[in-house]
Amino acid sequence: MSEAPKPVLETRALRKAFGGITATDNVTFSLPPGARHALIGPNGAGKTTFVNLLSGVLPATSGEIYLNGVNITNWSVRDRARAGLARTFQINQLYADLSPLETILIAINERENAATSWFRPLGSRSDLVDEAAALLVRLNLADVMQARVGSLAYGRQRLLEMAIALASKPQVLLLDEPAAGVPEGERDQILDVVAALPADVSLILIEHDMDLVFRFAKTISVLVNGALFVEGTRDEIARDPRVRQVYLGEEEIAHG
Amino acid sequence: MIPESPNKPAGWLLGRTRWRWYELAFWAAAASSFFIFPSKLMLISEIFILGLLAVSIDLTLGFAGLVTLGQGAFFGVGAYAAGLMAQYGAGTAPFADPLLGLLVAGFVAGALGFVTSFLVLRGSDLTRLMVTLGVALIVEEIVTQAKDITGGSDGLQGVMSSPVLGVWSFDLYGKTAFWYALIVTFVCFWFCRRLVNSSFGLSLLAIKGNPLRARAIGMPVNTRLVAIYTIAAAISGMSGGLLTQTTQFASPDMVAFHRSADALLILVFGGSGFLYGGLVGAVAFRVMQDFIGNITPQYWLFWVGLVLVLLVLFVRGGIIGMLIALRERLLRKGEGS
Repeated sequence: MSEAPKPVLETRALRKAFGGITATDNVTFSLPPGARHALIGPNGAGKTTFVNLLSGVLPATSGEIYLNGVNITNWSVRDRARAGLARTFQINQLYADLSPLETILIAINERENAATSWFRPLGSRSDLVDEAAALLVRLNLADVMQARVGSLAYGRQRLLEMAIALASKPQVLLLDEPAAGVPEGERDQILDVVAALPADVSLILIEHDMDLVFRFAKTISVLVNGALFVEGTRDEIARDPRVRQVYLGEEEIAHG
Repeated sequence: MIPESPNKPAGWLLGRTRWRWYELAFWAAAASSFFIFPSKLMLISEIFILGLLAVSIDLTLGFAGLVTLGQGAFFGVGAYAAGLMAQYGAGTAPFADPLLGLLVAGFVAGALGFVTSFLVLRGSDLTRLMVTLGVALIVEEIVTQAKDITGGSDGLQGVMSSPVLGVWSFDLYGKTAFWYALIVTFVCFWFCRRLVNSSFGLSLLAIKGNPLRARAIGMPVNTRLVAIYTIAAAISGMSGGLLTQTTQFASPDMVAFHRSADALLILVFGGSGFLYGGLVGAVAFRVMQDFIGNITPQYWLFWVGLVLVLLVLFVRGGIIGMLIALRERLLRKGEGS
């Protein structure tokens, strides 16, 4: 952390209040390029709220967000996505009636400004279709490419959720609990995909699963009650007794 | 599940947009009705026109997920625009040219659709329903009150279009009207079919399925909705123009609220989201009206209501949905034996 490179994503005193409850409390945070950063914290710490602020799903009450040095605080979800900020959702946001191939094509068409083509039939841009198919192959979804998304197993829907975000070739990727609810047998596939993400993509991982966090994150921020509690490298956080107290204490309650 | 051609995903997508035999059969049947029911040509023309109106609603409701109760306004505006053109031209080209009249009808209705589309972007389904209904009522009132232009409750009298392409003049038996309505409906339908099978069409499905996800992908959701609402309004306007030109008459009935309701009903009968639902629904609706009207004319609405309730409760996707379910069951039976 000696000479910090210019951050891709930055927040300054970011705050979000829902009535009297402060869900995000003065978070000043920066993400260097190529980061593998995890955001952890007990239930209700405001992790998802923070991601919603970053991606523009929720407007900030005060504070600023910068993407590549540009103030994007008042940008729409769509503009942030176009600028290279992609996210997955904790609860799948998929198209049950479409196929994975079409789902990925929707994202690629938007990225390539091909979605306004109204006369040529879908599939006539075979370069884009091939790219979509290749992405699905990479994510182990080749065999269900043409199936109905609604009929896929949950773990595979989770993979597709990540595939959509990747299809936009993001610079910053926000993964909101990618492995949440995925049965044990299918988790490895998710872990493999996270591990194989391109090195130049800056990653923020929100996760409850400590195995996943300590396997992939190089740096970690701990959120407690909406505020940044502590930040550091993986090893620093692993050794920090305060984190153990906050985190493991909650784990015990959760399991008890 | 074994994909048909795992190595050719582009071919798979393209294959689904190809014309099927049953589509060709449908249009062949539509054309052959000219010879089978020579005494009902006006009625059949009206079925095409109603069907086209329902297809335009399908674009917004079935593909983009925009509920609307006001498509009748665009239909009516188109009907009057075409009527005024013909009246102004006094039965001679260029102003009374039916194709020019249709284009003007589509343009005027499309312009109204574009302006009002911004009202529809806001709010939930219920808000949209009310906004579209409100716009339709306003248009209806303006048309009936602007007596100097529209003839008020008397409607436009003496709407005479010049011969189609300068050759075929509209006759008393509705022969020209039949072919004219059929061909215009087909061309508009073909355009809609290209539209929904394109990348643009897929993006509409994405908005209908999950607007949050669509935005997160970077999709300009509102721009797309404005575009499809405007296009649908223009097509509604053209169907209205068709009705005026083929019946040589425009009346306040053409902007009346029941137009919107009937067209929506027709689409639900036929099945929304298939594009053919509007056309099939229009046939079913008119045939039913004719059939029941002969037996118990006073209970017509009772039967419409009953069929509507049964369809919505028990059949997903109306008549087309029923046919698809039937086909799948037959295919499964075929595999089983």
